[in-house]
Order: sequence, then structure tokens, then C-alpha cells
Amino acid sequence: MKTILVVGNGMVGYKFCEKFVAKEESKQFKLIVFGEEPRPAYDRVHLSEFFENQDAKALEMAPAEWYSENGIELIVDERVADIDRTNKTITTAKDREFFYDHLVLATGSSAFVPPIKGVEKEGVFVYRTIEDLEGMLAYAAKLKAQNPNAKAAVLGGGLLGLEAGKAVMDMGLEPHIVEFAPKLMPRQLDSRSSQVLQLKLESIGLNIHLSKATNQILGDDGYITGMEFGEDDVLDVDMLVVSAGIRPRDELGKNSGLEVGVRGGIVVDNKMQTSDSNIYAIGEIALYNHMIYGLVAPGYDMAGVAVDQIIGKTETLMPSEIDMSTKLKLIGVDVASFGEPFMPAAKGHSIIFENKTQHLYKRINVSLDGKELLGGILVGDASDYSMLHQIYLNGMPIPEDASQLILPASEGSAFGSAMDLPDDAVICSCEAVTKGDVCCSVLDDGNETMKDVAKATKATTGCGGCKPMVADLIKESLKTLGKTVKERLCEHFDYSRQELFDLAKLKGITDYDTLLDEVGTGNGCEVCKPAVAAIFASLYNETANRQETIQDTNDRYLANIQRNGTYSVVPRVAGGEITPKQLMAIGRIAQKYDLYTKITGGQRIDMFGAKLNELPLIWEELIEEGFETGQAYGKSLRTVKSCVGSTWCRYGMDESVSFAVEIENRYKGIRSPHKFKGGVSGCIRECAEARGKDFGFIAVEGGWNVYVGGNGGATPKHALLLAEKVDKETAIKYVDRFIMFYIKTAQPLQRTAPWLEKLEGGITYLQNVVINDSLGIVKDLDDEMQALVDSYVCEWKEAVETPEIRERYTHFVNSEETDSNIEYVALRDQKMPKEWA
Amino acid sequence: MSLSVLNTYESVAANNVKVWFKAAPISKFPKNGGACIKYKDKQIAVFNFTREGTWYACQNLCPHKMEMVLSRGMIGEENMEPKVACPLHKNTFSLKSGENLNGSLDAIATYPVKIESDFVYVGFSE
Repeated sequence: MKTILVVGNGMVGYKFCEKFVAKEESKQFKLIVFGEEPRPAYDRVHLSEFFENQDAKALEMAPAEWYSENGIELIVDERVADIDRTNKTITTAKDREFFYDHLVLATGSSAFVPPIKGVEKEGVFVYRTIEDLEGMLAYAAKLKAQNPNAKAAVLGGGLLGLEAGKAVMDMGLEPHIVEFAPKLMPRQLDSRSSQVLQLKLESIGLNIHLSKATNQILGDDGYITGMEFGEDDVLDVDMLVVSAGIRPRDELGKNSGLEVGVRGGIVVDNKMQTSDSNIYAIGEIALYNHMIYGLVAPGYDMAGVAVDQIIGKTETLMPSEIDMSTKLKLIGVDVASFGEPFMPAAKGHSIIFENKTQHLYKRINVSLDGKELLGGILVGDASDYSMLHQIYLNGMPIPEDASQLILPASEGSAFGSAMDLPDDAVICSCEAVTKGDVCCSVLDDGNETMKDVAKATKATTGCGGCKPMVADLIKESLKTLGKTVKERLCEHFDYSRQELFDLAKLKGITDYDTLLDEVGTGNGCEVCKPAVAAIFASLYNETANRQETIQDTNDRYLANIQRNGTYSVVPRVAGGEITPKQLMAIGRIAQKYDLYTKITGGQRIDMFGAKLNELPLIWEELIEEGFETGQAYGKSLRTVKSCVGSTWCRYGMDESVSFAVEIENRYKGIRSPHKFKGGVSGCIRECAEARGKDFGFIAVEGGWNVYVGGNGGATPKHALLLAEKVDKETAIKYVDRFIMFYIKTAQPLQRTAPWLEKLEGGITYLQNVVINDSLGIVKDLDDEMQALVDSYVCEWKEAVETPEIRERYTHFVNSEETDSNIEYVALRDQKMPKEWA
Repeated sequence: MSLSVLNTYESVAANNVKVWFKAAPISKFPKNGGACIKYKDKQIAVFNFTREGTWYACQNLCPHKMEMVLSRGMIGEENMEPKVACPLHKNTFSLKSGENLNGSLDAIATYPVKIESDFVYVGFSE
């Protein structure tokens, strides 16, 4: 049995293992992998996500067990120190020796630290590994404890540098990006797109300094206090992250006499072989075509070539031209470039669309005869990237007026269907899956869902950017089989939510089991149960108390479950208006039960850390003080945020607080496909951020403007104007109908913004339905809404007054004890759940 | 809490039961839902899968974030396999084998259940 040693367990090293075990021939080899980091390979591309959850496991390419299950010996935390090419052995830093038949170097790269004076000071970091991030986090926490306005700079405005900028921003430090070149992302963007990106990044709080050459790092006591760029040009910072490029980790190759490039990197041929035919190099240490490819997709291709070469499929070679196209989401901003992004005028023409007010830039480069797409750049909106990239890769014909390819969608789309692509078009570049692979998986192998196709082909399992295209291909392929793609709730109900809503209403069905027996199959699941519960709630305004086991846990226990399995409690504070007496009551109760308190974004007070058994006791006291449930746990109305309005504000046009209180009390308790929120502003200064809500009212001269379909969250969207200058009663009526129409027709867990986006005809259609009664349903909508408003009960009052419901609030059914696993640590005079060790 | 807690949960096969622990009357367990019982230092989630006419038991600890919450999860089935969905992040586990059905988390430990004179008994090996 021959032995393969892989040195380096990064993304590419891992991909080698994955591709290797997929081959039948792999059984004839023994594979040992060495990693210098303490953990198995993780997804470095998404490193900045570590800041959001600090969950290193979530980034893992595969858990440690995966290696042993596949017969691979994984040795972590042990650096390979030396290669003896004559005896074909390697020696590790722990002085252990291993023999090889084939050696694969996948040691990747390290951060390049330029030789600037003072760079060794404390507080200067590189951005490469989870350990680097942990070091930054600890330092940032220390800084913030001393100075809440601490600043951090990132040296380097390239792709990684901007990611690092996001990371320090997430740490609560004032972020600064310092770039030597006169533009951001100099390798991918032209000057104009770079300016658009800069505007966008500045608007979200990044400070950007271009054309700055750092002379030295300042700081007298061994730690960094600033950066000096030139005479009298100094930036005060408390921390610095160096992200000035990468250097291949080619020391092993160099020391053992392999051929290396002048500026580093181990020279390989198109078999990924180095100057020693038993040694391969892949990923960011491989110097191929005089280039280091710092992208993951070419690295994966190299891994595939090396696997095939080793097992004897020597016809697999690396292509001579490597596609360097990239698309990424940088701090929430789409940035993409493909083909030839900057093009000399002699080769072709560029078509440029720029809209700085929307932070949009699109450029495509076409051949001189206008027939071929050569490359391009997209900033702000890269939704057309997949299609443009495919047209470029496959040399597909482009419209006579190529500008149609990038004009805003309202001008009509110039793209055909994804089905027009040739079969060998690569759809998923991370996993090299072609259109043909996806279609065959549906047509020949009978896979019908995204999940099954992903499992069979691996498409979408990398960066996930190809998901929309794969979904289209599946849908279209199923169509050719004569199968329609139905929106179905789950395997138990062959209906969409809207159909199920109508069925339940028509048949007058009021409980889940009956609905499942009559129109569904099987025994249900966690998808259909809460969806059906929400339908019943909308039809009959039934609280979550009656059918508690079909509710999501938050609804079942009428509270929000938190990280450690305890719950949070939020009483309703309509419009954010609260009396001193009520404030004291909340304070007293929170103190009594030792709860962590925080003001929410919806102008109310959240109390965290209540144990299950404490919930009825807490609510009993709150209800006694005149509070009712805030439904913060429900897919239902949350809050109606308001500014103080004309009652106090010198600019106010109308009484926004009174309106907010009235409207919040009107819609409280109404359950819907997803949560929904409202806002009321007393003038166009819009302090209540009503346009960032599902519905909003803004007082103007002569009445109220009504907005619908906005939200914050992951995909922020401003609400659209539904009606202008209407009186309060009319404004309420329109929003009543809008909400009811949404409740009846949306999909489960679809908020109003995406619902409105999907609604054919958009806002104009909605105006016709709710204002002009184009469907003849406004009377029904009005009656249904009034029925919901009239049947409101506080479900917590119901719960504390009903002994059978109260009994549910116990951790054990056979013991009075509570969960002993809940532990707390101190946090700024309060407490927080202890991290799991 | 540490990994050692997780390691105290090991599946018990029906033919390997040494102790049938008398947990609680069946009325304590909601229909088509679960509740948690305590046995020695263990927390066990017990599910009354009324639609199937079957009872299941498993560790209450979700191996994803190590919280004692599975008894509060919704139960259901996927391709005929009975399952529980963790209330925190909707990771689903087979109630028979304990396997993670929608990911690659560690399997959870499952335990046999029997009903005698309207009482729920859970089987343990120690």
C-alpha cells in the first residue's frame, strides 16, 4: 500500500481529502494529513462570521470524526518541519518521521507584514486564523473597557482588508481603512466602481484613507497609539490589523531544494507536480503560470488534478487559463468582477451604468464588434452576475444593444432562461458542477428538490451563490418531465399556505389533527405544525394555549427562548408610552426574579433569564400591575414605534404617540405569517423610522402618508407609499386591508417586504386591491380584520388563570427541581448566561 | 457544564434494560408533545407520540449548543422516521436511532419506554 502525505489542512488540503476519498482507487492508498493549527480545516472565506457567533465549529469544513470515518489519519497541531527528498521522508516539529510515496504540499499562505518601523508593537495583528481573531477580540475588549471610543485601523483596502474592517466594526471599535493605492480593492475594481464602493462603505460608518504610505507605527510604551504617513500626517489608533497581502508558505519547498519563484511560491506544471515528480503543490503555495491564485475555486481545481494524477488518471490537467471571476458580499455590499474587468480601449468598448445615489455601478466590456462579452464589474447589485458570468464563460451571443444586459430590471430583462446555457456551463464554480450535472440529476436520477440535488451533485454547497440558478434549472427540468413544481408546505401537506388557509376556512376545521387527517398525510413535522397554528390563529384568533404542541417553543410557552434555554419576558408598552409607576413595577419585578433588563429596539423593556417555572409567577405580578403580553415571542404584531409628536415636539405636525398607541392596541395579538411592526412619525423628519417597518404613518401637511412593506433586518427595505395625505380613519382602513390581504396570501415566514416584492404588479396592484377594490374583497377583509380586533384576549392572562395551562411551566414533570445546568456570569452590574466550556 | 455531561448519555437498547424507572403518570405528558423527567443526574425528554400510538425517550441535551431543551421541541416525522426538532435551531433527530437528520451533529442517546397502569417507565442500564 502506498502512502500519501498531505502537508497542510486548510480549505484546499481538505478538498484534496474529500476528492480523494470519493475515488474508488483511494482504497489502495494510505492518507495522512498534517495540520499546524489546533483544529481541523475550516472555512477561511467566511472568517468574519466568527465574530457574529464565535462558533468555530460552525466554520468547520468537516468534523474531526469525518477523517477517521473515511480512513484518513489527521494529525493536527503538528507542523511539518523538514523534507528529506532522498529518503522520501518528512520530519515534524515534534521530531517524528514519516515516509511517503507521494507528498502533497498544501501549506497555503501567511499574512504579509510589510517591514514598517514599529510593526512589532502590541496591538498590531494579522487577519488569517481563528487564533488571530481571538487575539483581536481579547485586545478589543480590553481597549473598550478603558475607552469606549477606541479606534482600530486596517492596513490594506483589498478584499481581506475590508472583511477585517467589518470585523473590527463588529467589535465595537471605530473602523479605519488605510490603503496605499488611490482606490479600494485595486486588483478587482476600476477607479469609478471603487469610488461607488467607498461611498457605500462610508455611509455605513467605515472611515477610508487612500494613497497613504505608512512610515511608522507610533507608540512609546510598547503598544500602538497611532500611524504616521508623512510629516504632520498622523492617524491616532489603538489597534491595527495588517492585511497587506499574502505570502506563500513555501519554506519547506525552499529548504528541500524544490524550484521556487523569485517572489515565492513553489513552481508547478499542469499536473501540479513540482520539480520533484513525487511532490505536488496545490492552493496558495503553488506558482502556476507564474501566478499565485489567491482564490478558493482554482485551489479546489488544483486539488482535483493532484488527486487524479496520484491515482493514475494522468489525463486530468490544470487548464492553462484560470477564471479569476469573483462575487462576494462585502459588509452587505455586493461586489463582483469577471473576465477582463479593466480593459484597454484597443480591445473593446465599455458600457458603464453608474448611480451614486443608490451606490450602484455596473460595467461590462464588449469586443469592438459588439458581439462578445469580455468581462465586467458590478458593485451594489450583483444579482445579474451568474448570468453575465455564464455568457462570458460560454461565449454566448449578446443582444445587439449590449446595454440591456446591465440596465435596471424595470427596463425589461435581456437574459433568457438558465436552460439556454450549454450543458457544460459550470453553474457552481466552487464544486465545478455543470448545468448538465444538475439537469441529469433531475431528469435521470429522479431528484426533485434542491436538497436532493445538492446532496447528489454538491452544487450550492460551497458559497451558495448559485442557488437561484440551480433552483431555476430544477424547476425547468421538472417542467420538461411534465411535472409542475408546486409550492407545498412540506411532505405532509401537498398545498401552499394560501391553499391550506382557504381549505381550513372552507371546511371550518379548527384543529391540527383533523386538518392533517382530512387534507394531509402522515404525522406532521416542525414545518407544517407552526404554519397551521398560525392559520388557525388568523382564522379564529385562537391563542397558542389550546393546541400547544403544534406551536413553536416561543408560542408554546408564550416567551422568547434564549441561548441557555431560559426565557425573556416583554410586556406590551403600546407606542412606547409608559408611566413612571409602570416603570417602577417592571423594575421591582425584574429585581425580584433577578432578571437582566434591556430596552428593546421597539421601545419597550425586555427581561431576560426567567426560568420556565418562573414565567407564570412573573406574569401574574405583571398582570396585577396592569400589563398585558407584548407577543414579543409570536409571529404577530410586535410594536408600533413612535416619535413624541406634536404633543411635545416643536416640529410635530400631528399626534404620533396617540396614533401609535391606538394602532398598536388595534392590531395587538393578531398572528400572521411572520412578525410585523409599525411606526408613526409626527413629521417628515421621521424619527420613528416608520419607513423601515411593515406599515408606517407619517404626518404631513393635510393628513397622513401611509407606507407599507418595509423592514430592517438582514435585507433592509424602505416601505413604499400606499396612499398620500389621507385622514386617520382612511389610513387605518387601508392598513387593515393590507395586513389582512398579506395574512391570507403570504407564504409561511415571509415578511411583508418580500411578499410585496413577489406580488405581481407590486404596489400598484396592492393599491388597486385595498383602495380601488379591484378584487371585490375589501368588505371581507374589513370584516375579517374587525373580527380579529374584537376577539383579542391576553393569552398570558388566560394562562395564569387556567390551572391546566400553568402546569406546563415546569422543567421536570417528576421533580420540583429546576434545570441545574443554567449558569450565569456577571456582566456590567447584571448577569449573562455562562459560555459553554 | 462541560463535555462530561454529554458523555453521561448513552443509548440503552430494549434488551439491555436493568432498571425500569417509574417516571410519571401519562397525564403529565401532552398529546403529540414532550416533557422532561429527571433520573439520578440525567435529564430525559419523554415524548407521547399519540398519532403513532408510540412513546419515545431521549436525552434532553441538544448536542449542538449543549442546552437542556429537547423536551420542549416539536415532534413529527420525515420519510416515516419519527423525529424531534430542537426548539433552539431546529436541528432534527430521529427518535429511534437518535441520529441527526438534517446535519452532521452527534447522535443523541435514546431510551426505551413502557407504559403500565397509566404510568410511564423509562429503561436505563444502570
